[in-house]
Parts: sequence; structure tokens; C-alpha cells
Amino acid sequence: MRKSLLALAAGLLLAGSVSAASAADKLKVGFIYLGPIGDLGWTYQHDLGRQALVKELGDKIETTYLENVPEGPDAERAIEQLVRAGNKLIFTTSFGYMDPTLKVAKKYPNVHFEHSTGYKRDKNMSTYSAKWYQGRYIQGLIAAKMSKSGVLGYIGSFPIPEVVSGINATILAAQTINPNIKVKIIWANTWFDPGKEADAAKALIDQGADVIMQHTDSPAAMQIASERGKLAFGQDSEMIKFGPKTQLTSILDTWGPYYIERVKAELAGTWKSEDTWGGLDSHMFAMAPYTNMPDDVKKLAEDAQAAITSGKLHPFKCPVIGQDGKEVECKGGANLADGQILGMNFYVKGIDDKLPGK
Amino acid sequence: MQLVLEKRAERSGTIALVSPLIAIGLTIVTMIILFAILGKNPLLALHAYFIAPLTDGYSLQEIAVKATPLVMIAIGLSLCYLANAWNIGAEGQFLIGAVAGSWIAVKTQGTDAGAWVLPAMLVLAAAAGALYALIPAICKVKFGASEILTSLMLVYVADLFLDYLVRGPWRDPQGFNFPTTAEFDPVATVPLLIEGGRLHLGSIIALLVVAAAAILLGRTIKGFEIRVVGAAPRAARFGGFNANQLIILTFAVSGALAGLAGIIEVAGPVGHLQPGISPGYGFTAIIVAFLGRLNPLGILIAGLFLALTFIGGEQAQIAMKIPLDVTKVFQGILLFYVLACDSLILYRFKLVFPNRQVASGTH
Amino acid sequence: MELIEAIILAVLAASTPLLIAATGELVTERSGVLNLGVEGMMIVGAACGFAGAWLTGSVFIGALFGIVAGMLMSLVFALMALGLAVNQVATGLALTILGVGLSGLIGAGFVGERITPAVHLYVPGLTDIPLIGRVLFGEDGFVYFSVALIVGVWWFLYRTRAGLILRACGDNHVSAHALGYPVLRIRTFAVMFGGACAGLAGAYLPLAYTPFFIPGMTAGRGWIALALVVFASWRPGRLVVGAYLFGAVTILQLHAQGWGVGIPSQFMSALPYLATVIVLVLLSRARTGGSTAPAALGTVFVPDR
Repeated sequence: MRKSLLALAAGLLLAGSVSAASAADKLKVGFIYLGPIGDLGWTYQHDLGRQALVKELGDKIETTYLENVPEGPDAERAIEQLVRAGNKLIFTTSFGYMDPTLKVAKKYPNVHFEHSTGYKRDKNMSTYSAKWYQGRYIQGLIAAKMSKSGVLGYIGSFPIPEVVSGINATILAAQTINPNIKVKIIWANTWFDPGKEADAAKALIDQGADVIMQHTDSPAAMQIASERGKLAFGQDSEMIKFGPKTQLTSILDTWGPYYIERVKAELAGTWKSEDTWGGLDSHMFAMAPYTNMPDDVKKLAEDAQAAITSGKLHPFKCPVIGQDGKEVECKGGANLADGQILGMNFYVKGIDDKLPGK
Repeated sequence: MQLVLEKRAERSGTIALVSPLIAIGLTIVTMIILFAILGKNPLLALHAYFIAPLTDGYSLQEIAVKATPLVMIAIGLSLCYLANAWNIGAEGQFLIGAVAGSWIAVKTQGTDAGAWVLPAMLVLAAAAGALYALIPAICKVKFGASEILTSLMLVYVADLFLDYLVRGPWRDPQGFNFPTTAEFDPVATVPLLIEGGRLHLGSIIALLVVAAAAILLGRTIKGFEIRVVGAAPRAARFGGFNANQLIILTFAVSGALAGLAGIIEVAGPVGHLQPGISPGYGFTAIIVAFLGRLNPLGILIAGLFLALTFIGGEQAQIAMKIPLDVTKVFQGILLFYVLACDSLILYRFKLVFPNRQVASGTH
Repeated sequence: MELIEAIILAVLAASTPLLIAATGELVTERSGVLNLGVEGMMIVGAACGFAGAWLTGSVFIGALFGIVAGMLMSLVFALMALGLAVNQVATGLALTILGVGLSGLIGAGFVGERITPAVHLYVPGLTDIPLIGRVLFGEDGFVYFSVALIVGVWWFLYRTRAGLILRACGDNHVSAHALGYPVLRIRTFAVMFGGACAGLAGAYLPLAYTPFFIPGMTAGRGWIALALVVFASWRPGRLVVGAYLFGAVTILQLHAQGWGVGIPSQFMSALPYLATVIVLVLLSRARTGGSTAPAALGTVFVPDR
């Protein structure tokens, strides 16, 4: 009995000392995930970014993650647990972690935090997000070209600016091809619920939409579109596996380059709190290969992508006409200002639905 | 030959003392097997789960913070369950209480309101929780509808109602359309007990609730009535105890406690109202109530223990990449073993041989 | 395809898992046992069902895996609630928590994989009939089985002696025992049948509804199935109506959004639950003196010897 207790104690001590030794050598980077890394969507892509980080800087860093952390009081504790475990740079990957991250950041001024899709910052807390509306614009062009019925189907998650600006960008682009394009929008009220997303896709198709777009995270809609012989766009990740003849393209969250850049800064001691809103040029997101479309549509998309990347084309070029028919005040010179897009809570002309919550 | 269950003539005192230990022992053995199957070092895993969180002040505080709503709700539930009234809707009462209390916070936002704000929030939350719990209670008493299912359905309604409020009328105007109210003013926030920590006044309130329940059940007539109505309904009827009135009373009290827990959680650790303020506290509290054997002190211990497993589960995920699902498996298995071992307090096993059965006739 | 036909097909698909799970729970509750662990059994059925189909390439085998998984989970429940006379509410809840955790562990390795979903029937000529062709002749095996299941259960409960005895156990287990019927054994079979159905209903989700596995994909359907049994006042005929009604509300809520109907989506989503409460109250009022549940539902039974 005594021997095994001693062995247990020795084993625990050894384990403890081993981790202490490695901590002294490597920078510890932590991640907080909202969902499971197997969600094939939002969290999955963040984890791919983390894996890219490990691949690039593996010998200098050690990464840890906590998945399935709900946005609420548990989040604050989870973040603090990462801090106490020795992580010096922590990425919190969902809007709802904003206040918990801020609270922990204030407690630990020597630890650096990166919060995605939020808007509160501090000396040791950065924010980062991507200009996905650019990708939506390209999708809008493709959709208008490929839709035979002239009706697009959009599965929204929640009516927050990020989603609304995506819908608007889609329609503005589609209208350049087909001024009478229509869109039907269904709010799933969840980021992730395959059953509900499948039902929404069915409803949209049944109501006449033949191109499906989504701002939710599972491949369910792609799967349904594939079953029904319609076309669809993936979201967050490559969904072509679920619709080999269905996926036109997908907005891919490619966090790898950003993560590597920030960790390198941390390693070099040059990390500063920033607000990064990366467009296509920043490689924080990418478009999946253009598939299942004729060559001229593909060229249209590629040209648009090049134009947006170089800055020649802006999805929200003024004048932007609101749903009420009035022109939206243009605060950014030739285009809408970033702040207007970040806080977008109106539909543009051409969308018949009313924005919920207004 | 058969193994049958037979009711004991009287409760077994020894088993009552020993059963939690046996249950924990069995659980640990099962978990060791599970960890081994998952390919994780069982001893390190057990250490991460149970020992590590007890070794530093921060984790101890977090255990108290996590246990506070669990204990508060579970005490209320225990009163219901003792009276044979099955309140499964504590989660909904928690949310409604949070909403009601937040109403005051949202309405007085930015105005220079006085110190009356927080107490008013607490009172309103408790009242709202009680009223919400009265719906299934009245449905049961007046119409005979199953309180298990009515209270459960109302959980979904409450959740959707909260969602609607936070995405619509109560949304923070400065919040870029995100579904959250503005941060509560300091007068609307539950004060901390230790600077720089998260331990807050709610934990003290929870302890007071435990003490109050112990006094109620142990020393008052009402408490006696509650216990008898559940344990021996016919005797209660002869004693003139009104079962219906007790259902209403216990549901109201448990709803009030759940609502109180809700606003404390929102005005404390969270600081504003948002969707998803509860990671299932109302349901976990049911487990706590049973683990604590419906006894106030037992619930306090069970609540702390379960909170420990939550904190430990996170630490195990960080340290050893053990999935959080394992925490749920552990909690389910622990409850199974505790319930099974507790059953031996009232019953025992007997080997019955066919011929002996025929020969002995009736008892 | 006509819109009406499309909506009916969507409702059928959405209602099928509810119908299967609720049918099983109905039998369990008619025998006098309240098993709140339906959600846990369903989700384990989903994980194991997908695993089975992925490993063997056969949806049918996957369905069997789901059934067996559900039965094993329910066996644990039976051992506790029937063998050890433990409180059924607590046991059921523990089963749910355990099931959610287990399914996460089992299914973790299968996330991201794809299978070929269940095939739909196609009868040349019949399936192409407008409006009703696909509804009647174009469904997958699960849907047809669910209908056969509830019809079979109805016939069993009301037209066979065994069904009568089962109902007797639920209404008055003391008398049933006095008459010499093995109450505990009958209840165990009923519980395991309930588990088999829950497992199958869970397996339907990744095998036919959305052909991949994601943790948590049952999304509370087990709880809805529980509500359905009460909504149906424990009668098979009403259960069918209730299941399709619930499925219809879910689907129509989405369509309404597509049509631009301006009711808050949360209110639409809350309708099924509010409806259940109202129906519960109305049905209970209709019978003087109390609910229509099996009188012995949820009570502990330890036979005197």
C-alpha cells in the first residue's frame, strides 16, 4: 500500500515537473471554442488555424484549447483557467466571450488576449474579424447568374450586423446582374442546429429558391440542396463533400496566417493591441474553389475577387439605397464607412422582408 | 432460485451512513476504467478532477461561485420533492426570475438610482419565479395535470421569452445589434466579497437559505407536514394536512429560490442579461437535490461536490485533453450509484428458493 | 413539386422521430413506468446508429445498432427503477445526462464523416402521382416503419390479452400482481421496448434526416416526445395526430418566415410547448377528478411475497 502511494506521489511530481520544464521553454497559447472542434464549421476552422500554428511554430509554442464553452459565467472561468495554466496569449473565438475576456484581461495585464468578432478592446486585448461581406458580394454575383428562378434562399442565424451586412452585400451584387432578384430569408435563431437548418433549406427550396446561402455553421443545408438538385454556398469550411455537384463556393475562415502573425509578434515581444478587420487581401478568409458553374461565371467571380482584393471594388459603394427608398448617409467618402457596416441594422432596397427586432 | 427485492422492516441506519461512500467508491472505480479506455492516465485524471481544484484559492472561489445557484435551486426543489410534488421546471423559473429582476436594472439604467435597486431586483425576481412556478402547481391542484410535464414545457417558453426580450425590446442600443442588454450599473450588481475574486454575496445568501431550510424542515410544523405528505400520504390525510396547499406552497418557494438564483447569477458573475445565462442549472440542481438526499446539509455538500466536478472537468480538459463529455458521464454514473446504494437503505435483497416459497405460505 | 406536397413531406420527415420515440414511451408509461431518459437514449441511439452505418455501409445495420443502444440504456434504467425500486424521476434524469455525455464520447470519432442516407421508395407510376404520390409511395423505410409501429402498438394494447395485462399493470399494479401477473417482468419489457424505439428514433436523425453526426443533434426531441405522450393522453391514435401537429408547427414556422409573416420567431417556436400545456390542462379537466394517466404511473412497486 505504501509503495504504491509513493509511486503515485512520484508519478504526480514527475508529471508536474515535466510540464513545468516545458512551460519554461515554450510560449503557451490558449484557445476558447464555442462548439466542438468536430462541428465542421466555425470552431472546426479555428482549430485548423491552431493546427497551422502548431505546424509552423511547433517547437516554440504549446497550444491548449477548451471546447464547448458556453457564453456566460462559465466562459470567464474557462478563460481564467487558461491564464492560470500558464497561457500567455489567448484567443477567444466567439462574440459572446467579449465581456468575460475583458474582465479577465483587466485582471491579468501581462497576458494578451485576442477576441474574435467583438468590439471592446483594452491595452492587452485585441479584436479580430474578417470582412466576410466581401465574400458575400462575390457569392451574390454567382447566385444571380446561376439562379433560374430569380429567387435566392438565405438561412440566417441571428439578425446581427455581421449577418445583415452579408445579406445586403449579397443582394447588392445580385442586383447588378438581375435587378429584380428576390431573396427569401429564414432566421434559424441558432448558429448550429443541423435539423433546423435542413428544415429551413427545405422550406426555402419549396418556396421557389434555387440557390441556397447560409450564415449557419453545419453542412445540413448543403446536403438538402444536393438532394433536391439545387445549388448552394458553403459556410466557414469546405462543404463540397456534402454536395459535390452542389457547392458553388464557400467562404472559408482561414485563421492560420493571422494566428501565426500574432504569435510571432508575441514571441518577438512586439505584440500590441489592435483591431484587425481583414478583407480578402489579408488572407483571413478565402473563397473555396469555384465549382459547378460555367466558365464565364467563374471568370466573373474571379475578376470580382481580384477587384475587391486590390481595393478597386467595394461592395458598399455609395449610394446605397435603404429598404425605405431613401439613400443611406455615406460616411466613408465613396463607400460606406467601416463603422456603418459593423453596425448595419437595415436592409437595402430589393429585400421584401422586415428585419426582425426593428 | 431468484434474487428479489424486499422492503426492510425499518430503515437501515448503517447503510444510510455508508452508502454515499460506497457510491463514490464505485464511481471512482468506473471512472478509472473509463479513463483507461480513453487512453488517459487514470490517476492523473482523478487528480485533475478532484484534487487539483482544491489546491488553490482561485479554484475554491470558483467552486463556491458555481455551487451557489445549484444549492439555492436544489434546496427549493428538495422541499417540493419531499412533498411528492415534482418540479422539473426550475430552469424556467430561474430564467423568469432573471428577466424580472433585470427589468428593474434595465429601466433604471443610467439614472442615478439609489441603493434600493439591487434589493428590489432580488425581491421582484423571487416573486416572478414563484408566480411562474405556481402555473404548473395550480394546473396540478385544480386540473390534475401532470406537474412534471407542465413545468418542463414552461422551461422552453421561458427560454424563448428571454431570447425575444434580449434580441428585441431590451437590446443594448450601443451594442451593435448584438443580443445583450447593456452592462448593469454598479447599484444593480451583486457585490463581491473578496476584491479581485469572483466570490459574491450570493454565496452568503445560499448559505442562509440552507440554514433556513434546515430549520424549516427540522423544527417547524410546516416542515413536518411537508415531510409526512410525501412519505406517508394516508397518514397525512388523517392528520388533516392539506396536500394541495403544500404543493402550492412548495412550488412557490422553490420557484422563488430559483428566480432568486437567476437574478443573482445575472447581476453577479454575468453582469448583464443575455441569452444562455444558464448552462442547465435548473436540471443540474435536480441531481444535486437527489445526491444530497433531499436534506439541506446534504444538498450543500452535494452542490459543492458537483461544482468541483465542473471545475475539475475544465482543468482536466486543459491539462490532459479529456473531453468535457466525461464530466457528464461522471455525474450520471455518480447519481446512478448513489440512488442504487440508497435504495438499500429501504430495501434488501433476498435469495428465494422455489420450494421454500411454496412451503412457507404467507408471511 | 407542389408547395403543399413539399410541406407535407417535410412535416412527415420532421415528425417521424417524434412519433417513433413517443410510441415507445407510450408503451412504457402504459405499463406504469415514467422514463424521463428518452433524450439520453435517443442521442446514444443517434451516435451508435451512425457508427454502425458508417462501419458497415448499411443503413439497416445502423438502425439495428441504434435499437440495441437504446435497449441497453433502458436496461440500466430498468435495473435501477424496477430492480432496485429507485425513484423513477431521478433515474430518468440521470440517464439523460449520462446519455448526452456518452454519445459525445462515442460519436466524437465520427464527426465529419458522411454516409449514404436511407433510400426512398420509388414505385414507377405510383410515386409520380401529384400531391399524394411521394407522400404515400416515396418515403424512406423509417417513415413507413413508424406508421406500422404505432398501428402495431395500438393493436397490441387494445386487441390482445398481453396488451390488456400491460395496461392493467399501469392502472393498478397491486391487483395485477395479486392476479399472478409478473408485473416487474412486464414493465421491464415495456421499458426496453421504449428504449428500442428511442434508439431507433435517434438513429433516424443521422441515417435519414441529415446524413452526418454532430454531437447534440437530437436538440431536445426526446423531451418533446415525452410531452407528446401526455398530449395524446396515452392513446395511440391521438399520438399520431400530436406528432404530426408538432412537426407541422416546426416546419410551418420556417415557411412563415420565408413568406415574410412578421410574428417573432421565438413565439412561433414556443407554440408547441404552450399548446402542450393547454392541451394537458384541457384534457385533465375533461375527466372529473384528475388526469387520464395510467393510475400507477411513476410509483414504485415492490411485490410482496
